[in-house]
Amino acid sequence: MMTAGEKLRRFFRTDQGVGLLLVSPTALYALLLLAVPLIAIVVISFLTQTGVRDFAPGLSLVNYKEALSDPLYRELMLRSLMVSGSVTVVTVLLAFPIAYFVSFGVKPEQKSLWIFLITIPFWTSYLIRVFLWKVILGYNGVLNSGLKLVGIIDEPLTFILYNVNAVIITLAHAYAPFAILPIFVALEKIDRSYLEASRDLGESRTMTFLRVTLPLAAPGVVAAVLIVFIPTIGDYVTPKLVGGPGGTMIANMIQTQFLRLNNAPLGATLAVLAMLIVAVIAIVFLIVGYRAAGGGKKGGRG
Amino acid sequence: MTIKAKPERKPLISLQNIQKHYGEYHALRGINLEIGEGEFFSLLGPSGCGKTTLLRTIAGFEDIDSGSVMLAGKDMMGVPANKRPTNMVFQSYAIFPHLTVAENVAFGLRKSPLSKVEKAEAAEAALNMVGLSGYGNRAAHALSGGQRQRVALARALVLKPKVLLLDEPLSALDRKMREQMQVELIKLQREVGITFILVTHDQEEALVMSDRIAVMFEGEIAQCDDPEVLYRRPKTKRVADFIGVMNFLPATCRHEGGKKIVNIVGLGETEITEEQCPEGFPEGAATVGFRPETLTILYEGQTPTHREAPAMIEEVVYYGDMTYYDVKFDGVDTPVRLSMRNLFGRDVLEVGTRARISWSPGALVVFG
Amino acid sequence: MKTLKTYAILYLVFLYAPIFLLPLFAFNTSTIIAFPLTGFTTEWFTALLDITEMHSALFNSLKIAVTSAVLATIFGIFGAMASTRYHFPGQKGIMGFIMLPLVLPEIIVAVSLLVVILKLGLSTGSWSVIAGHTLICTPFAIAILNSAFAALDPSLEEAAYDLGETRASTFRRVTLPLVMPGIVSALLISFTISMDEFIIAFFLTGADPTLPVYLFSMLRFPKLLPAVMALGTILVVLSILLITIAEIFRRRGAKRAGLKDTGGFL
Ligand SMILES: Nc1ncnc2c1ncn2[C@@H]1O[C@H](COP(=O)(O)OP(=O)(O)O)[C@@H](O)[C@H]1O
Ligand SMILES: [Mg+2]
Repeated sequence: MMTAGEKLRRFFRTDQGVGLLLVSPTALYALLLLAVPLIAIVVISFLTQTGVRDFAPGLSLVNYKEALSDPLYRELMLRSLMVSGSVTVVTVLLAFPIAYFVSFGVKPEQKSLWIFLITIPFWTSYLIRVFLWKVILGYNGVLNSGLKLVGIIDEPLTFILYNVNAVIITLAHAYAPFAILPIFVALEKIDRSYLEASRDLGESRTMTFLRVTLPLAAPGVVAAVLIVFIPTIGDYVTPKLVGGPGGTMIANMIQTQFLRLNNAPLGATLAVLAMLIVAVIAIVFLIVGYRAAGGGKKGGRG
Repeated sequence: MTIKAKPERKPLISLQNIQKHYGEYHALRGINLEIGEGEFFSLLGPSGCGKTTLLRTIAGFEDIDSGSVMLAGKDMMGVPANKRPTNMVFQSYAIFPHLTVAENVAFGLRKSPLSKVEKAEAAEAALNMVGLSGYGNRAAHALSGGQRQRVALARALVLKPKVLLLDEPLSALDRKMREQMQVELIKLQREVGITFILVTHDQEEALVMSDRIAVMFEGEIAQCDDPEVLYRRPKTKRVADFIGVMNFLPATCRHEGGKKIVNIVGLGETEITEEQCPEGFPEGAATVGFRPETLTILYEGQTPTHREAPAMIEEVVYYGDMTYYDVKFDGVDTPVRLSMRNLFGRDVLEVGTRARISWSPGALVVFG
Repeated sequence: MKTLKTYAILYLVFLYAPIFLLPLFAFNTSTIIAFPLTGFTTEWFTALLDITEMHSALFNSLKIAVTSAVLATIFGIFGAMASTRYHFPGQKGIMGFIMLPLVLPEIIVAVSLLVVILKLGLSTGSWSVIAGHTLICTPFAIAILNSAFAALDPSLEEAAYDLGETRASTFRRVTLPLVMPGIVSALLISFTISMDEFIIAFFLTGADPTLPVYLFSMLRFPKLLPAVMALGTILVVLSILLITIAEIFRRRGAKRAGLKDTGGFL
């Protein structure tokens, strides 16, 4: 019989053991700096703050009651959802034709150049980009002065800055590459002979697109939706800089609770609720998307 | 029971009851095999039968569940791949793309006591041996498939291993190149005298190149013999079917006064010998097998050298030098295939023609 | 395809609009960030030289970005090697969790780290920003290194081992040179992300702000805005430069491994 130690030593010489050993530094780091803090924030959301760093003993649902009943928080949460939802729809709809164009309309050797051009803005300072949208959309901004110059408007448009619209435009700009890349990857994976087969079998270009291309691109679209939707709900900079009072979102309130009002438990509650809601929506979306894409069918391309 | 090396060869490798699981999957089911010094040995079998696993077991890349690998009298248990006197030519060739051809070939010489100049000479000599002298400074990624394969060979041979392991080395080459490399590999092996173990799923390649072939199915060796024996006297129906083309017809067997008699549907009765029954003489229902080239169409006026039977030509496949005919013997539903050399001035027969077929009882193999 | 191409070009204009505007205002004489432009000047760039707080913020950011990039790349090498080379129990879950910061809103990472740090009685500082940035950069490093390792034929390492090298010398002589372009690319990308990151730094920085945090505070003073534009121009140019170098390295890696190149990062 092998001793437990010997068994363990043997295991760490197998493929599985070596893999586990290799991943462990990274996994441990994520455990300590991500899992533990996430658990901590869930725990804190059930506490109540009494002093600067002191909490009352015992867990309670007080914060959740407050977060869910106070119309201010409810409105912020709904607005955040609305903004993320709109940003997602706008971004993905605008992104699909681009991904399609790069995948199908660009010569193979130029594809990576296009993708590179699309991703570059993403790597430049987020703060600066957001701030420039303020410059573009402002009362005396680039857009208004431009439109006035051309004579389309006499008075500057005011509905484009310091409100939800500005937030949506700015976020849609910021997350564009996130939406384009997964769709592009999915389109690239489509074997071109499928499309030829469809044409050969008598379908028109449009019907080929609807019956072959679109279903096969569905996983990319699903990924794009999730990649845009989940992080945007927690965006802080954009609402802060271009949202004005009517454009603030849940992240701004979380920041206020933590750093201004010194109510970490309520801030934590709002953070947990935001994550929960996003997670539920994402899961529902995944399930619906999976069903719609006929994901259960056998013999697909995985 | 261990498959012994041939008596005239000193055993170099001895595998004893090798067992290997991948999770639940039983990849090697008790391999017992000896391979001799200087032998060109092939592991042949369909994809997934465990050839690569067995080769990598010899190389030291696989942890086996049980059994032993002896190499030149030494137990290889616990000896890692980098300490074994074996070298491998990988299926993908695994030419290091960041090194030149010469650096690739000299890669394994780093720790050798040779001087720098001697190492360079050894590498050049190895390149010369595979017909790539003067290619040393080329970048590895600028080589063609055939050249990569030669570099892989030189890189392994420069270390003078006791055994060279080759995993489907020719499968990535086109047909012409493959046939050329087969011949070159045979020459090379004779020249260096090292034991070669070749993994292949191509029966023709194995027959052409090997001194001895082990046919594997599902992690077991079904038969291990010379190419000729393997072709002429396959031990099981499955081996017979895997090597070349084999026709099968149903038959019945009986003893008659000490003679072994087989009655073949459509061909009639004949006497056979003990050695034509690799699985033992089956009393009652049996199957006989025979190769296409053991059947001949008799043209007008020809007399059979052995026995003859009437048949109808069902299908004709013309190959240039050969023609394959699928024919049905009278009273038999399954067609059998026969091959005829296309001699000048002799017409290829048409579908629907009736013909007399000559067959030889001595070429039959009888399975239970 | 014609209309699509027009659309694609318009889309690129939309994507680049803010970046194109940046230098216009950075070199404009007016202190008001609006059209029409009034004249050319480099005074805002020279003004940057006098803002000493900005210099220390820049220095702080550089320190944080270099450290985070190195740490994230090391973690990335471990993660990418494990996930491309080996199958281990719970692989999907573990890798998914490590990659989670890619989609997790940064504010969640920031506040959750903050509460733990405060609860432990520690004070925030550069170290906590580094910890947070390493966490969010690691998934990017893994994504880049995954493709570098996946492009590497495992039989190359086996061949080296078969030719007598040890596991360690195989890594040094074969693996490392072949994934080096990926490593450089991962370092540069992580560095860029850390240099630009605002939220985590905003929550976790101690007394010394990072450059983005300092820049954010500058935005409140209209008088400083032209200098912000100048600073932004420099940052954008540097980012593009770094990313271009990273891309060149990534492609070189792919080419070395003999792959056809189609995608970019992510
Ligand atoms: N690393 C592995 N993990 C799990 N199964 C494997 C592994 N390697 C090989 N196998 C399985 O073992 C069987 C034999 O594989 P292999 O030796 O490569 O076959 P061959 O070389 O004869 O085609 C195959 O069914 C294959 O799927
Ligand atoms: Mg194989």
